[in-house]
Amino acid sequence: MKLRFILPLGAFLVMVIFLAIGLKLDPHEVPSPLIGKPAPAFTLPQLHEPQKTFSPADMKGKVWLLNVWASWCASCRQEHVYFTEFARANPSVNLMGLNYKDESDAAMQWLARLGNPYKISISDKDGMAGLDWGVYGVPETFVIDKKGIVRHKQTGPVDLTILQTVITPLIEKLNAEGE
Amino acid sequence: MKKLLFCLFLLSQSVYAEIEVYQFKTPELELRYQTLTEELRCLVCQNQNIADSHAELAQDLRRKVYEMLNRGETNPQIIDYMTERYGDFVLYRPPFNARTLILWLAPILTLLIGGIGFWSLLKRRDNSNERLSDSERARLDKLLHTKKSDSK
Repeated sequence: MKLRFILPLGAFLVMVIFLAIGLKLDPHEVPSPLIGKPAPAFTLPQLHEPQKTFSPADMKGKVWLLNVWASWCASCRQEHVYFTEFARANPSVNLMGLNYKDESDAAMQWLARLGNPYKISISDKDGMAGLDWGVYGVPETFVIDKKGIVRHKQTGPVDLTILQTVITPLIEKLNAEGE
Repeated sequence: MKKLLFCLFLLSQSVYAEIEVYQFKTPELELRYQTLTEELRCLVCQNQNIADSHAELAQDLRRKVYEMLNRGETNPQIIDYMTERYGDFVLYRPPFNARTLILWLAPILTLLIGGIGFWSLLKRRDNSNERLSDSERARLDKLLHTKKSDSK
């Protein structure tokens, strides 16, 4: 008799727990399978000097960040403040910008107006390099180690907390690693 | 009125134009393109496959599928390319592995639990089939009897 009441109650509680976990998950946060794999190669023109190119292979032996952004992306603007501040405070960090599916003029104007935190800006006009990197929602930020392995991906805008508690410690850790 | 209709017609054209049209060398390639884009999920609007989605990312993914097909790559190669970048999430039909075990087995398990529950319920009902004890029978007789006399 008692079991009759306990069983549905138990089932209900299990459901509540599952639903509660489900509520906390962000379905837009797709874990990147790229972590631990070599950074996808590309050779693309630089935004400011289109005759020069950039390729991830150029960064071999260095820890670097690739921030994917666009002038049409609202949350890129939101994170931009943090990146400019971050670049000013850490001039040694190799922060590269991948200008994703954007007009070069609009992108350069954006950087001129809001500040340019990037050592090099790369122009990915048709978004095919972004596709190779598994970009699905700008802004996205990748951390790549000295061996050219992608070690971290931040989907969505970074903020001060993420920069201080995730990105900075990771860069320090990777800098300490051998090649 | 006719002019208005014509304008509306023009509008509808521009809406359809958003999904680009690709030319294929063989009908077989086109069929594979359709199957693949229907099975790949758009990561921006996650409840749509890339065949249906108007999101720019879906457009790029369709282009990638088209290019890979033209290069003569096989379906598994294209699916692998997508999962290497976007994970199993990009597949509408997730593979059967340790992580998706519960996803695949949950329906069978639920059916099993429900079946066992239903079966035991039926069995219990069978057992408790109203067998009256002597005293109960006497009481029932009495009740029926009184009712009869009352109605008279």
